[in-house]
Amino acid sequence: MFSGFMASTWEVASIVAVVAGVIGFFVVLRGAAFAADAIPQGAFTGAAAASLIGVNTLIGLAVASLAGALGISWLGRRGRRDVATALILVAMLGLGALFLSFSSEYAPEIYALLFGEVLGVSATEIAPVAILGGLCVVVTLLLFRPLLLSSLMPELAEARGVRARRMELVFLIVLALATSMTLPVTGALLIFSLMIGPPAAARSVTSRPLPAMLLSVFIALIVVWLSIAAAYQTNWPVGFFVGTLGAVCYAAGRGWAALRRRRSVRASALPGPSGTGAPAASVRV
Amino acid sequence: MTGQPPAADPAEVLGVADLNVRLGGRPILRDVSFSMREGEFTGLIGANGAGKTTLLKVILGLQPPTSGTVRVAGQTRARRAGLVGYVPQKIALDPDMPMRARDLVGLGLDGQRLGLPLPSARRRRLVDEMLAAVGAERFADSRVGNLSGGEQQRVLIAHALISRPRLLLLDEPLANLDIASEQDVVSLLGKVTREQGVAVLISAHDMNPLLPFMDRIVYLAGGRAATGTTDEVVRTDVLSDLYGQHVDVIRVHDRILVVAGRGGGTRVPAPSADGPAGPCEDEPQPDPHLAESI
Amino acid sequence: MTHLLHLIVEPGFFSNAPVRSALLAGGIVAVVSGIVGSFAVLRGQSYAGHALADISVAGGSASFLAGVSPLWGFAGVGVLAAGVMDMIGVQRPSGRDLATGIVRGAGLGLGALFLYFDTTHTSTTGATITILFGSLFTISSSLIPVIAAFSLPALGIVLVLYRPLLLSSAAAELAAARGTSVRLVGAACLIAIALTVSLSALTIGAILSTALLIGPAATGLRLTSRPGLAMAWAALIGLAATWLGVLLAYDSFYWGSARHGWPVSFFVVTLILVFYLLSPRPVRRVPD
Repeated sequence: MFSGFMASTWEVASIVAVVAGVIGFFVVLRGAAFAADAIPQGAFTGAAAASLIGVNTLIGLAVASLAGALGISWLGRRGRRDVATALILVAMLGLGALFLSFSSEYAPEIYALLFGEVLGVSATEIAPVAILGGLCVVVTLLLFRPLLLSSLMPELAEARGVRARRMELVFLIVLALATSMTLPVTGALLIFSLMIGPPAAARSVTSRPLPAMLLSVFIALIVVWLSIAAAYQTNWPVGFFVGTLGAVCYAAGRGWAALRRRRSVRASALPGPSGTGAPAASVRV
Repeated sequence: MTGQPPAADPAEVLGVADLNVRLGGRPILRDVSFSMREGEFTGLIGANGAGKTTLLKVILGLQPPTSGTVRVAGQTRARRAGLVGYVPQKIALDPDMPMRARDLVGLGLDGQRLGLPLPSARRRRLVDEMLAAVGAERFADSRVGNLSGGEQQRVLIAHALISRPRLLLLDEPLANLDIASEQDVVSLLGKVTREQGVAVLISAHDMNPLLPFMDRIVYLAGGRAATGTTDEVVRTDVLSDLYGQHVDVIRVHDRILVVAGRGGGTRVPAPSADGPAGPCEDEPQPDPHLAESI
Repeated sequence: MTHLLHLIVEPGFFSNAPVRSALLAGGIVAVVSGIVGSFAVLRGQSYAGHALADISVAGGSASFLAGVSPLWGFAGVGVLAAGVMDMIGVQRPSGRDLATGIVRGAGLGLGALFLYFDTTHTSTTGATITILFGSLFTISSSLIPVIAAFSLPALGIVLVLYRPLLLSSAAAELAAARGTSVRLVGAACLIAIALTVSLSALTIGAILSTALLIGPAATGLRLTSRPGLAMAWAALIGLAATWLGVLLAYDSFYWGSARHGWPVSFFVVTLILVFYLLSPRPVRRVPD
């Protein structure tokens, strides 16, 4: 399992986990689960179009992801955000259907895009993933404070000159780049589940931003490593393990939060009224 | 004294006897007893976290008491729906929601009935009358999400009153209003009480806007209640007893101030998480403010 | 005159049997999706609607495996997922989307597993594509009564619970004060959505399914502030987009010399988007 050819797999997966953990923290914070899900799906179209015109699939993916992000941002200003995300998603998938119909052999590639081929990653694919993933992480960390502020308290952020719309756009673009980078290697399923489950669990444990982000990276790494190991042993798709473990993380996080709430409620028991023999019952005048 | 047995008085609209409520192991209400008659305008006064919302929920039947009884027009919990109208604290209404003020008021008539509603002239007439009664004709056809705080308040009151309840409960209706709207709402409620004989129970943390219309007061502190008329209850000796520490009641012109005395205060218990809180939500603990200013 | 007509409607359109099935099946699904979808959009459950479509697809794969009729696989799994989503449901919309995403991730993971078993046992890699993208033109007419039968409970739930559903979607506290079980009503709505979506995912593909659920409903909400009217608009717009889409897809077969028709899902989705973009933003009244 740790042999030479698997080394690339471990490396790529770890990079992906770090990127997912960092960006996923904001995905959960901003309630952008749908966007994080929709953008990779829409990227399909780019892959189909790219194949059609004979361009590198990766470029097609990146372009489609960016188009999706811009579309969601623009349409989201006209109406509700979740409707905008849904409409852009189906619009891109519709286009994808169109492109698909012009060409004929796609089944195996589609499968790979959906569920990833992380187990078959070659060493040459690491570099682009590392570079662009790293770029996304660096941008996110640089913009950490304004992004945090505009996610949590938009009015306060505005007062400080942080434009909420600009942050939203930047965030979506970073999200798009990150997912399109990792999509061909890990598949739509992996990146999405990694961006949601571990950060949700991390947030349940601590509400302090930086520790939560680090914890979410840590949990994402564990999830990915376990999934690869399991997939290697059983030959089952990696996506299955990541999806399931993501759900386990989420459940664990919520269970932990519920437990903590119950304990804190018991702990703050009401001290009796101070002093001097006040009547225990209510007074009816 | 402890509460008296529920009256068999037919004019009694609400009878609360020896009510105890514990939430999450903490006592929220302790041995609360009071009653209300037809057409009475009663203020439920207490600081944030004193248990006002909990009491209202128990009366509505949404929260079971740990012990004690609540009777509305002689009925116990199961048969209470339809007798009680409820105006919650400011609710978030989606501006995109396709529902006009008139539609929301109409749902006050039959919002719990199954099946498709058939258009009926009678229904439309009732809705129009109600809208006129609360002064909401101007914005009757606007989306409920587009209304200002005061306008929304009127629509909610119309929604609660249209089914002709015997008892109307309002949870902090004045909390987000400006002074002018406050006065409008209170005088509207006063009018409703007189004209329709509806018993009205309003919760507030400041009793002063209610003074012109308030017949009786239920004053909550530390989970316990003092009930009676304003003059009987809002007195230094009664309230000091209730709070378990010395407080002063000061009357300035026609305003009442309740001011904490020297020494440490009793920490008023914060309400436990009634609603579901997200994984990282710590509800801010309210400060006990015994000094209630104007 | 006939020349003009031929420009719009290529010859043979109305006598073509697959076209008729497409119009009928698409029409039924469009109307039901528009009405049920109105509630989905109202309650901010666009994502849930989409997720349920995909999960139904996973159920479809599972049923291929188990040899059960795909319809039960789709609907059954859809309803199950709806139940799970509701059980772990959270009040805040963003928390709900998070829960939806988790369920979707887990569901798709399961789907991946089933697909894996499926393709190693049989070789139906093409199945994914048809399920995802689907085609209205390949519906057999014998499926239509089944579609109608499955649509009835979905529509029925929403119509019977119309008032409690409307009130609890607008202001849950008011509904609770009237004795309505907000939780139960919400669960029933999610199940109605699941039925609608799994049905349409099976017949016309997962993409169209989401588009028909959300698009026309969102458009209807912008057009009017009356609830019943908004739903009527949604059904109408969905129907128009579907039928026009079928027409255009049929015509496209005759465009150029390639004899290659464009997929109907592309047209329908584009039309839905166009209708949404054309709808005016509801005027924000400035409160006095």
